[in-house]
Amino acid sequence: MAENDYKIITENLVLQYSDGTESLKNITLNIPRHAISVLFGPAGGGKSTYLRVLNRLNDLASVNEMSGRAILFTKDGQPLNLLHPDIDITALRRRVGMVFARPVVLPMSIKENLTYGLQVAGERNRSRLNQAVERSLTQAALWDEVKDRLDDPAVDLSGGQQQRLCIARSLALEPEVLLLDEPTSGLDPISTGKVEASLQELKKDYTIILVPHSVQQAARTADYAAFFLQGELVEYAVGHEMFTKPKNQRTADYIEGRFG
Amino acid sequence: MSTISPRETLDRAIDELLAQLVEQSAMVEKAITDAVQALNEQNIEHAKLIYVADRQINKKHFEIEENVITLIATQQPMARDLRLLAAILEVTTELERMGDYGKGIARIVVRIGSEDLLPPIRHIQPMAKVCVDLLHRAIQAFVERDAETARILPGEDDKVDDYFNTVYRELMDQMISSPGSVDQANHLLWVAHNLERVADRVTNVCERIVFVVTGEMLEMDRTDDEWYADEPW
Repeated sequence: MAENDYKIITENLVLQYSDGTESLKNITLNIPRHAISVLFGPAGGGKSTYLRVLNRLNDLASVNEMSGRAILFTKDGQPLNLLHPDIDITALRRRVGMVFARPVVLPMSIKENLTYGLQVAGERNRSRLNQAVERSLTQAALWDEVKDRLDDPAVDLSGGQQQRLCIARSLALEPEVLLLDEPTSGLDPISTGKVEASLQELKKDYTIILVPHSVQQAARTADYAAFFLQGELVEYAVGHEMFTKPKNQRTADYIEGRFG
Repeated sequence: MSTISPRETLDRAIDELLAQLVEQSAMVEKAITDAVQALNEQNIEHAKLIYVADRQINKKHFEIEENVITLIATQQPMARDLRLLAAILEVTTELERMGDYGKGIARIVVRIGSEDLLPPIRHIQPMAKVCVDLLHRAIQAFVERDAETARILPGEDDKVDDYFNTVYRELMDQMISSPGSVDQANHLLWVAHNLERVADRVTNVCERIVFVVTGEMLEMDRTDDEWYADEPW
C-alpha cells in the first residue's frame, strides 16, 4: 500500500521524556482509515504516549527528544507533519479528537456541551448547531436516550451516558481521527457494550485508535492490533490473528495472562 | 496467605481437561480392543457390555464439552489457550465417534452369532492393534503438544490401509468362491472399515495438535471420501 492509503503513518518515532525515561523506541506503525486500531499492552508501554503524539498533547509534558516521522493524511489527501514545531495545534485537535478514561462533561446543558466547541470555532447558525447536536448524539448512540432533555445539565447523566456525550462532543467538531484512551475503564458492562457498539458504527466514517482497558476489549474491538511493551512495538497484526495466533512469544505470554 | 492467579486457575483447569480427554481415549481404546476380542471369541455377552461402555464414552464427551464451554465463558482464554480448548472440543468429538465404531463392531459380533468365522478374521486383531496404538500415541502427543509426533503419525496410517486392502481382497475372493458367505463377509468388511475410520480420525487429532502448537490449519492426510469427492464424475 502507498503511504497515503493510510490515515496516519509513523516511522522510527522516538520520544524521550526529560526525566530520562524513554517512552517510545523507534515505532513504525501505520494506521488504516475506517478501522479500529487498538494499542494494547501493560502500563508504561507507550500506548498513551503514542496517542498523545497524534494530537500533540505531549506539548504539555516535558519532552526531551522527539524524532522520526509522523504524518497524517488529511481528507483532502494532504500530508500533515504531526511533529512540526509550528503546527496549528487547535486545527490539529479539530481533526484529531480525543476521549479520555474519565468522562469530563462541562458544567452546562447536554446541548451546550456539544455546541460549545463549534461556537468557539465561530459557528453561529442555530440550525447548523442543532443539526450537529442531533448528528453527533446519534453517532455516539445517545440521541434516543437524551433527545427529550437536551437542556438538562450534562452532569445528571449516568457515567456511561456522560462518556458517550464526550464521544459526541468530539464528533460534533467532525474530526477525521478519534483517539480513545481507555474510554470505558470506569463504565459498567452495559454502557461499555454501548460505547463499543457505537465505535463499530463510527469506524465507517472515522479512523479510530483505541487504547482498551483490557485484553478482552482489545480482542472484541480490534480490526488491527498493536502490542506495545516497554516503549517498543512488539507486534502488529489484524485483530483476529493477534488474539488467536500471535506470532511473537512475548505477545502470546501477555495475552494469555502469563505476565501483566 | 497464598493467592492463586487467574493464570494458575486456567492452567489447572486445562490440566484437568486433558486428564479427562486421556480418560475418554482410554475408554475408546478399551472399547475397540474389547469389541475385536469379542469378535474373535464370538462372545456375545461381552459384545453387549460394549454398548453400555459406549454410553459412558458419550457421557464423558458431554462432560468435557461442558467444561470447555464453562472455561471459555469464565476465563476468556486467548491465543494458544483458546486454540487448545477449541482443539479439545474437536478431539473429544473425534473420540466419541471412534467409540461408535467400537460399538458398531460389537453389534456385528451379535449379528454373526456363533457361525464359523471366515479366515480373513486373522487380520482383524493385528489391524485393531495398530489403530489403538496410533490413537494412544496421538492423544499422548496432544497432551504433550508434540507437533513433531503429530506430523509423523498420519504416515503410519498406511499400515492400516494395507490391512484393509488385504481384508477387502480376501473377502471378495471368499464371496466369489462361496456365495453363502456373503453375509458374514460383508459384516467383516464393515468391521475392517470401522477400524480404518478410527485411523482416519487419529489423523484429524494430529491435525489439531499442529493447530494448537503453530496456529496453522493443516490437512495432513485426506480420507478416501475426500479423494472421491474431488473426482470429476
